[in-house]
Amino acid sequence: MKFLSKAYNFLVFAFLYAPILVMIVFSFNSEKSRVNFGGFSLRWYEALFQDQIILKSLYLSLAVALLSALVATLIGTLASVGIHTMHGFKRKAYLAVNNIPVTNPDIVTAISMMILFVFVVTRFNTMQMGFGTLLISHITFNIPYVILSVLPKLRGLNTNIFEAAQDLGCPPTRAFLKVVIPQISQGIVTGFIMAFTLSLDDFVISYFNSGSTAQTLPVTIYSMTKRPYSPKINALSTLLFLAVMILLVIVNVRKSGENKRRQNN
Amino acid sequence: MKKIVSCVLILCMAVSVLCLSACGSGSKVTLNVYNWGEYIDESVLSDFESQTGIHVNYTTYASNEEMYAKVSSGAASYDVVIPSDYMISKMIEEDLLAELDFANIPNYAYIGEDYKGLAYDPDNQYTVPYTWGTTVIIYNKTMVDPADVADESVDLLWNEKYAGNILMFDNPRDAFGLALKKLGYSMNSLTPAEWEAAAQELKAQKPLVQAYVMDQIFDKMSSGEAAIAPYYAGDALIMQADNPDIGYYIPKEGANFFVDCMCVLKNSQHKTEAEQFINFMCETEVAAKTAEYIGYATPHMEARALLDPEIVGNPLVYPDSAVLASTEVFLNLSKDINKLQSDLWTDIKKD
Amino acid sequence: MNRKSLTRKIITAPYTLWMSIFVLVPIGLVVYYALTDADGHFTLRNLTAIADYGKTFAISLELALISTVICLLLAFPVAYTISRMQAHKQSTMVMLVMLPMWMNFLIRTYAWMTILEGNGLINRFVRMLGGEGFNMINTNGAVVLGMVYNFLPYMILPIYTVLTKIEKSTIEAAQDLGANRIHVFRRILLPMSVPGIISGITMVFVPAVSTFVISKLLGGGKTFLIGDIIENFFLGNTGTVDYNIGAALSLVLMILILVSMAIMNHFDKDESAGGIM
Repeated sequence: MKFLSKAYNFLVFAFLYAPILVMIVFSFNSEKSRVNFGGFSLRWYEALFQDQIILKSLYLSLAVALLSALVATLIGTLASVGIHTMHGFKRKAYLAVNNIPVTNPDIVTAISMMILFVFVVTRFNTMQMGFGTLLISHITFNIPYVILSVLPKLRGLNTNIFEAAQDLGCPPTRAFLKVVIPQISQGIVTGFIMAFTLSLDDFVISYFNSGSTAQTLPVTIYSMTKRPYSPKINALSTLLFLAVMILLVIVNVRKSGENKRRQNN
Repeated sequence: MKKIVSCVLILCMAVSVLCLSACGSGSKVTLNVYNWGEYIDESVLSDFESQTGIHVNYTTYASNEEMYAKVSSGAASYDVVIPSDYMISKMIEEDLLAELDFANIPNYAYIGEDYKGLAYDPDNQYTVPYTWGTTVIIYNKTMVDPADVADESVDLLWNEKYAGNILMFDNPRDAFGLALKKLGYSMNSLTPAEWEAAAQELKAQKPLVQAYVMDQIFDKMSSGEAAIAPYYAGDALIMQADNPDIGYYIPKEGANFFVDCMCVLKNSQHKTEAEQFINFMCETEVAAKTAEYIGYATPHMEARALLDPEIVGNPLVYPDSAVLASTEVFLNLSKDINKLQSDLWTDIKKD
Repeated sequence: MNRKSLTRKIITAPYTLWMSIFVLVPIGLVVYYALTDADGHFTLRNLTAIADYGKTFAISLELALISTVICLLLAFPVAYTISRMQAHKQSTMVMLVMLPMWMNFLIRTYAWMTILEGNGLINRFVRMLGGEGFNMINTNGAVVLGMVYNFLPYMILPIYTVLTKIEKSTIEAAQDLGANRIHVFRRILLPMSVPGIISGITMVFVPAVSTFVISKLLGGGKTFLIGDIIENFFLGNTGTVDYNIGAALSLVLMILILVSMAIMNHFDKDESAGGIM
């Protein structure tokens, strides 16, 4: 039985990692083919670093992910504290609205915002679709995830401390920063990381909401489809994959190190 | 706590650095160029930037329709776009394109006469041709019986012998174009009944089709995954380079003669710079570089001298006027026909 | 007004404003477009036109349902075994589940084409062994595979989270009292993991039913799903841009999902629905 469950897990993980393995192997392909492996070469890595369009959109993706995650974390954390103190209908209403972007299909969220932007731009002729609309759309779908990760952490928090601090003469802002934030920092960090990841990986919402001046990496990849598939993209993904893996491993090692220390103490 | 604050600070700094470098063009003019994906040799862009000091913001699309949807929504501003023939006439009709000032584009003189004054822009007011070509039928010699290709007909795409090995265009305009030609109608037919009949042909073809694709035709044909596919002449050449078993012909019923042109949008704020860009793209070396990178035929007569003579001499890539006479340029369809085409296509695809 | 509620107002204000403008107003606009024609007059024509796409809705729902069920069946045992591991192993395994999600899904889907094609890796392997090879790509089966692959982690993680909350002693107690594996599963594990299962189902079903790229890449573009049709109406890939019908389709899709969520939540009393946090 033990063996069976191990074998089963192995199969599922093999399924999860098979395409990634294929992608990595083919990033070193000396041929352009997606199917034939001609031999080892680094030519696609060289080509990748010469491709300004891919690099620019990677840059933009990172910028949008970082900015939108920051803003969403800020707005979301503040709002979580507010929602936490709410009761009854008001709380339910807030949570319901919060759940809309989470449960709605990406494509519906995307087109609903696209309609708004097109509506505003064409009626009032004030702004253009581009970096701004892209950022707004990313912040919008990020905020709910921040709330969903901060709110549960607040459940364990005693709000009286916050008020006590204020009663003792601490200004609210200071009380918030000194008393509340440290207790929910784990949730905030989780929310931020989630927001960052979701934003970086998003294709659908960017596809509909990026204008003339901003194109994220997934959108660029998608538009490269007019011409033959280039393994440059494999090379880029392999590098991103390695970066993420190293990051996660470091986080994990540190965490388990901390756990051990705690146990020893 | 301090850690978090410092983390946030570092992030903020990183973001501001990113922003500065991303949007730090300052007072420099930024030109928004919107082109097909992988449809330019990028080194050309930085050459243009260093030569003129104009910053180019280059973004890409996957289809004429996608470009049109973005441009016509009015929500995004572009300066230069590179649509195909029928889309050009549609955009002219809807008053989206600006009339060009050819005094700013002296290199226009290099463009061949065959590519001027075509139906989508009869008076040469709006467009400067970028690339051109015809659709061809591509087949794998090891998988297709020579007898079946002897007559060079579009019927090959409907040959039941090759069920499951046929690829078809995943865009309605090209797909209907082939079906209309098969029936002997014009690709720009004005008769709804002819479109209905073409839709019947496409429906009949569906069980034989392995996949409706665009880009993936390259891989699937090169690797022998499929035996027959229609595509664009320049691309057939690329497939042939990967796989010498690839053959292709211009169907005798007539093919689509397409021209992709550089145009400036009416609401462009930088029309002069846009024309400067177009003129730059028509420099002989630049045009040659472009043609070499894309693999499509160039309308630039001088640039041809710099290209591989084997390619320029290839009658399938650079067909002569006699062959071109049998081809047809896509025209903008009326609103009703367009709607009909869209409905029929959805109907074919959804069953 | 007391100080407490004033502070609350101030800290929730940016959120309230943001969500109203960028979530509620757009939804309102979708409804508005769905119920008007191109000139802005009220009409029900867009909604009745949807009847033409009944079959598309049916196929989309069918494929999404199949994918969700397969995800659930695949995910539960994995989530369970991970939840029974030692703590440090657990975090490694969770990391391994999440890692593929960091890869752009277009690229992962491309990789599946390489694996499944007629001359792809699987068929080459089968032929090497002397077999015939199968036709896998460009079928609805391949679309389901693409969905299962892309959304499986979203099923594993929430189920895992609720399973870790079940104390080992609870299971042991049941076993001591004579319950066999099946009993333990039916009486303890399954009921206690309902919140996780429900959030897993939503997190798989919703993106699956509305996808528009997977069907194009793995299904050979032979079957339009709802997502494809909505995309076409907004970006005009088939030649017509029509926000009104597109909005109507989105509205129906949204309602469909809301209804199924309401049914699902009927089984779940927890306010925050399991969650992967």
